[in-house]
Amino acid sequence: MLYPRIIPCLLVHKNGLVKTTKFKDPKYVGDPINAVKIFNEKEVDELIVIDIDASAKGREPDYKMIQNLALECRMPLCYGGGIKTVEQAQRIFSLGVEKIAVSSLAIENPLMISAISERVGNQSVVVVLDAKKKVLSSKYELYIHNGTKSTGIDPVTFAVEMQKMGAGEIVINSIDQDGLMKGYDFNLINKIREVITIPLTVLGGAGSIDDIGNVIQENGIIGVAAGSFFVFKGKYRAVLINYPTAIEKEVLIEKYFLSKWNNK
Amino acid sequence: MITIINYGLGNIRAFVNVYDRLKIQTKVAQTADEIVGATKIILPGVGSFDYAMTQLNNSGMRDELEKQVFDIKIPIMGICVGMQMLAKSSDEGNMPGLGWIDGNVKLFDTLLIPYKTQLPHMGWNSIEPTKENILLNGLNNQSRFYFLHSYYFDCNNQENILCTTEYGIKYSSAVNKDNIYGIQFHPEKSHNNGVRLLQNFANL
Repeated sequence: MLYPRIIPCLLVHKNGLVKTTKFKDPKYVGDPINAVKIFNEKEVDELIVIDIDASAKGREPDYKMIQNLALECRMPLCYGGGIKTVEQAQRIFSLGVEKIAVSSLAIENPLMISAISERVGNQSVVVVLDAKKKVLSSKYELYIHNGTKSTGIDPVTFAVEMQKMGAGEIVINSIDQDGLMKGYDFNLINKIREVITIPLTVLGGAGSIDDIGNVIQENGIIGVAAGSFFVFKGKYRAVLINYPTAIEKEVLIEKYFLSKWNNK
Repeated sequence: MITIINYGLGNIRAFVNVYDRLKIQTKVAQTADEIVGATKIILPGVGSFDYAMTQLNNSGMRDELEKQVFDIKIPIMGICVGMQMLAKSSDEGNMPGLGWIDGNVKLFDTLLIPYKTQLPHMGWNSIEPTKENILLNGLNNQSRFYFLHSYYFDCNNQENILCTTEYGIKYSSAVNKDNIYGIQFHPEKSHNNGVRLLQNFANL
């Protein structure tokens, strides 16, 4: 039986790991390689690593860092940040990465999604959508360059377009919930879930194991990603890399997944 | 010594990394000459079926590979698309497969998948061993592996199936005939269960 995926999402800024709140105030939380080593021991389902400087500063992906991460990872690794061409994507795969994530590229040059997925297979191309709720509206809008640039694009129609272009997975990231640890934006998740059939991973807002469980109960097979929840502990947000133990995960799956989704 | 075939696709590095940690020697082969003398061979693969077959056919390694597998009986393990290439054909493309194990590669029937997420089949799924084999030593129906694919190996000979996995249907997630093995999941990215399987392959 297939299981939902629970995925730490790490942000790289100035060679260190950081965690933001509403995409602002990056707080240093440690060394990337050290974090990967800890997540190996904890047998995480997958890992997403995003270099938040690369696209915003228009520079190349840091291949040396990516290679070091890939060498260490014993689980599937998704890397994002600064990817603009098929050649860059291929070079990153050759370093030992399973999936590449793109965000601003998808919006600025959507045809490139087709070009990359034709070369490397669509299962390996992840499109990350950073969405923010519009003021006085039930609608959302996509932002790029770490939430600094609005695009006027509706994430729901754009997710459909990305699936058609050959994306293999959508990550929907809520800018409003980022770092707050007050739960996921279910309204946003449902809107995207309804319109695509490729895998969906949700990000932004996890503050407890039950927040993750609630997404799984509602959606069954889904990727549930979190940043703060896996790097902070307690109400003073002390830095502590953590992840549910095998037993905690079984309890979570039993309570929120098997009870509703098994044998359906 | 595990020889890993590099024909331009597949996560070669990941296999080397696992075997380095196990202190088992590996060699990456890019030419026919580099395959000579292998004691175990891994045929990795990520990407589309026709592209993979074309890359292998154009690599100049296919004849030597067949010699190693059929004349010298060196154990070989195809992984992901590398497993699908062992079949006779694939719904994903028009090129003939290697045809080393009797089967055809088919697209999952999405009508049978009970989730909104349908394809690719992605994430951690369990296996159900259907017969004893050294490759699955220490693994059982609680063992989960990482899968990432939309097509599956539809095996025509029940005797060639090592284990099955369920995704809408029960399909063969590992196959074996004589010294030829194919596995659909990614042991190189499946934590301790994957390490166990790769160690088992080295022990064959």
